[in-house]
Amino acid sequence: MTDRKAETLGAILRKNGVSRRGFLKFCTTTASLMALPPSWVPTLALALEQARRPSVIWLSFQECTGCTESLTRSHSPSLESLIFDYISLDYHHTLQVASGTAAEAAREQAMHENAGKYLLVVDGSIPLGNPGYSTIAGISNLQMLKETAKGAAAIVAVGNCAAFGGLPKANPNPTGAVSVSDIITDKPIINVSGCPPIPVVITGVLAHYLTFGKLPELDQYNRPKVFFGTSIHDRCYRRPFYDKGLFASTFDDEGAKKGWCLYKLGCKGPMTYNACATAKWNQGTSWPVESGHGCLGCSEPDFWDAGGFYNALSIPIGDVSRNTAYAGAAGLVLGAAAAGLNRKTKAEAVRNHGKVSIDDLEKPS
Amino acid sequence: MSILDNIPVHIPSSVSTADRAYNTLPLLHEIRHALERLSREGESTILDLRAIPFPPGDEQRLLDYLGTGEVEAQLHALGNSLIRETRYSGVWVVEHKNGDDERVALQIEITSVPAILRAQPEDIEEGLNRLTASLSADVKEDLV
Ligand code: SF4
Repeated sequence: MTDRKAETLGAILRKNGVSRRGFLKFCTTTASLMALPPSWVPTLALALEQARRPSVIWLSFQECTGCTESLTRSHSPSLESLIFDYISLDYHHTLQVASGTAAEAAREQAMHENAGKYLLVVDGSIPLGNPGYSTIAGISNLQMLKETAKGAAAIVAVGNCAAFGGLPKANPNPTGAVSVSDIITDKPIINVSGCPPIPVVITGVLAHYLTFGKLPELDQYNRPKVFFGTSIHDRCYRRPFYDKGLFASTFDDEGAKKGWCLYKLGCKGPMTYNACATAKWNQGTSWPVESGHGCLGCSEPDFWDAGGFYNALSIPIGDVSRNTAYAGAAGLVLGAAAAGLNRKTKAEAVRNHGKVSIDDLEKPS
Repeated sequence: MSILDNIPVHIPSSVSTADRAYNTLPLLHEIRHALERLSREGESTILDLRAIPFPPGDEQRLLDYLGTGEVEAQLHALGNSLIRETRYSGVWVVEHKNGDDERVALQIEITSVPAILRAQPEDIEEGLNRLTASLSADVKEDLV
């Protein structure tokens, strides 16, 4: 039997009767998935043709399985093809049939056979308070992470919990939850944040790694820039209303019906970096702002404790004329002209990534 | 009449255009510029619509505006794809679907023929081998 891991992706596809035209279609959709410009398709085709299937070990710690749910509903490319054609998913205790010691044996075998080469994917945070808070086959999350990280080529922290601690870390953090990068400091780590992350972002990052054999360019929070490079606010289709000072003040007022900006209803779009505005959700059907609810900021560190989902990031005070562009919250590209904001708090908010309460903002500067 | 009908539910059919920000118009201008480049310099352009933040209904508005032209082709490889020339010759809409018939890519190509329609050298070679093999085998007896 040929070793499938040694085969290139091009060879596997050809063996399965996929024509060159089919392969080009595959490259086009993958480039689109990876947010690469269409002009990259020939380069991508060349790289994908040669790509080999790496071994992937997926560990789930303190999490709700939402990230795996998100991925298994990923539609492009389908999970089946992702798993069977591009990667060799050697351990994922939610998806695999084996459990307990048999599953652990599979993990150890994959670690041994692919030492230094496998990709480790982690979802969930790691409790430091008491090892008994979360264990798998009697092994604490901390021990399993350290053990498995040792031989990994790189680690992908999927979801806000693995990337930043997420919900388990929310105040008062009863389990002492921390992120992967709080524990592992000697491996390349890529954070694919979000609660859950957008499925195409997860598969896009995996596809990038498979294609180019290295991690994509990262931002200050180790997130891939192609997906987390611009704020929700900068790509939001309601942005022109923000610029004109047209806001919905309740969820059923005239402004809400006309599709005006949701900033006053607590939208965290201005401080949130993610791809929802373009990638959308549920096979591209819609995304929170399009369905009339502000962004919760779920791809940012500590978003659970960022001052309430329905509190505005900042309140512009005084009359803002319909056509005056102004900016009140952290990280905006427009010139700030919102009078009366507490500027010190604002500056701190920028530094601390926008953790600011409504009370802070209403204090006079 | 059920008492539910007394609940005043109002679903606006469309939002007044004066209040809406469209991406359709800037995109149409971009397509026009690309078409000009194709016509003057022979340079092709591909626009990936997945990267565009569309408000609800805007994508359909764009596709409706571009309309349907003389050519429509279907590709059956890893799911179906529809390649359709718009009523502006040289402007194509390429929609790729996966095996579950879900859209996986939507692009506007401004080119004389989208690359995906061309027969690929590898497939031509493979076709030649198959035809040669089949002509030298028993099959040919069925034909004579
Ligand atoms: S505040 Fe929210 S709704 Fe308003 S423009 Fe920004 S992201 Fe869109």
